[in-house]
Amino acid sequence: MKIKQSFGYSCFTVFNTLFMLVLSFLMLYPMLYVVFASFSDSNAFLMHEGMLFWPVSPNLQSYIKVLENPMVWVGYKNILFILVVGTSLNMVMTILCAFVLSRRNLKGSGIMTGFIVFTMYFGGGLIPGYLNIRSLGLDNTLWALIIPGAMSAYNMIIMRTSFRGIPDSLEESATIDGASPLTILLRIIIPLSGATIAVIVLYYAVGHWNAWFNAMVYLRDRSKYPLQLVLREILIQNDTSAMMSTGQEMEVDQKSIAETIKYAVIVVSTIPILAVYPFLQKYFVKGVMIGAIKG
Amino acid sequence: MSKQELTVNAGQTVARPRSGFMHEMKKNWMIYLMFVPIAAYYLIFCYKPMYGAMIAFQNYSPAKGFLGSEWVGFKHFTDFFGNYYFWRILKNTLVISASSIIFAFPMPIILALLMNEIRSNAFKRTVQTISYIPHFISMVVICGMIKTFTSDIGIITDLVVALGGDRVSLLTKPDAFVPIYIISDIWQGVGWGSIIYLSALTNINQELYEAATIDGANRWQQTLHVTLPGIAPTIIIMLILRLGSVLSVGYEKIILLYNEITRETADVISSFVYRKGLQEMSWSYSSAVGLFNSVVNFGFIIGTNAISRRVSDTSLW
Repeated sequence: MKIKQSFGYSCFTVFNTLFMLVLSFLMLYPMLYVVFASFSDSNAFLMHEGMLFWPVSPNLQSYIKVLENPMVWVGYKNILFILVVGTSLNMVMTILCAFVLSRRNLKGSGIMTGFIVFTMYFGGGLIPGYLNIRSLGLDNTLWALIIPGAMSAYNMIIMRTSFRGIPDSLEESATIDGASPLTILLRIIIPLSGATIAVIVLYYAVGHWNAWFNAMVYLRDRSKYPLQLVLREILIQNDTSAMMSTGQEMEVDQKSIAETIKYAVIVVSTIPILAVYPFLQKYFVKGVMIGAIKG
Repeated sequence: MSKQELTVNAGQTVARPRSGFMHEMKKNWMIYLMFVPIAAYYLIFCYKPMYGAMIAFQNYSPAKGFLGSEWVGFKHFTDFFGNYYFWRILKNTLVISASSIIFAFPMPIILALLMNEIRSNAFKRTVQTISYIPHFISMVVICGMIKTFTSDIGIITDLVVALGGDRVSLLTKPDAFVPIYIISDIWQGVGWGSIIYLSALTNINQELYEAATIDGANRWQQTLHVTLPGIAPTIIIMLILRLGSVLSVGYEKIILLYNEITRETADVISSFVYRKGLQEMSWSYSSAVGLFNSVVNFGFIIGTNAISRRVSDTSLW
């Protein structure tokens, strides 16, 4: 900077840098603590008080217990199915709808937009929705977690904004060459919207990965539980019994191992998202930016 | 050839007389066909439940169906308004919403303003990347972390004990529920929420800063007179959106964290709807409470949007 800085502003810069360091620590430390605790020996961890900056008596016992638990694998298997099938359905619906509503001079597009946007602000409510799913026979199937959320109006609007940004001239020349709307969508619009499509895929995928409420309401068979519902049993309802070897361990050991198991479960379930996050961050951020430009 | 010409005209904004519905259908049949699955989805999964909400005016029984069940008018609504729980959940919903607007809403703005003053780009990017991470942690895991950290052997309880408090789980104290809810919300959302303000900050015309510097304004005065007015429209629309949802506190975090003791401060309208409807199976009563909430929320959105359009020329529709 060639502009001379005042003393006050220099003080501010120092304070601001310190503040950012403290903030980064506060953001990261809870997650680091979880990681350190998960690698700690359960008894040593129970005796430990206060902050951790390294696992106490590091070992892998909690991870062994977690990975031996069949429900964790069941959860992973089901969530992968939901991710692949659900996100595919989401994308087909969102792209189709955004394409239709991005057509200029299409008669009735105002009504169609209103028909969809209204549902963003008003709904039948929890119980009528629940009764609807039951009456369609979707309860206790994974489809109850996929079909009712087939499309998000918000994501569709982001997509439509992006489609509208594509120059008309491209479509016009294709139309003159006899291309149908479907060809235009597949050959022009989709290839030119790669970045936005990536953003929306990520939004849907993260949404599926994190969802748990519908699974809790609609699923009865434990063999259908997605990962988050398995986590809920372990973390919220304190049910770690499936991971305890019965009998031999004292009650104190049971309580202590239950603690470190919880931390290990958090790590095992959060790693996939956090592992891909640094590479995808710019796409997520781009999504917020596109969303901010009102469609 | 004539069909192609028509399509070309439709692509441009050439004014030409339009013929009727059938003509439009014939010309754009493929586009309308593409909308059929979308319309079917919205009819079945969004509009049909709106029709189903009429069980709020019935003593609904699945055996008799929507049309056969006994109609009771506004009975469930008057029951609800006369209920002790009505005031409790209304108060809790408003307290959580108001605390969130007062404490959580300004945080991303402050963070964005401070981040904007960081000179080193690498440092700025690192802080941003770190602050976005909590946004991607699932609600179940966040609540699981809160639960383990505040359990009688958790690290936050250790901290409370070190400061002279009792060794009891904070989640069993009704007074602690709202602070836990708001602080964890801030932790999870502040970084992500700042993105929209950071993007508004980059759109401020740099010449304004140069002009202000020439006029002798220091950094603080520049922030006050250039930066803040520059992002004011974004702040206003975000605030209006937030005010529009003042009575819709989501149930997910609440039902993961509350228990019978903390319900006194934690139970909100949506969690009440969930408990009555899906745990106690009072479908009609729960639907009535839910419908009341939906209508009020819808009214708030319409109202705040109208105010926004008048005050700031920015509106949702």
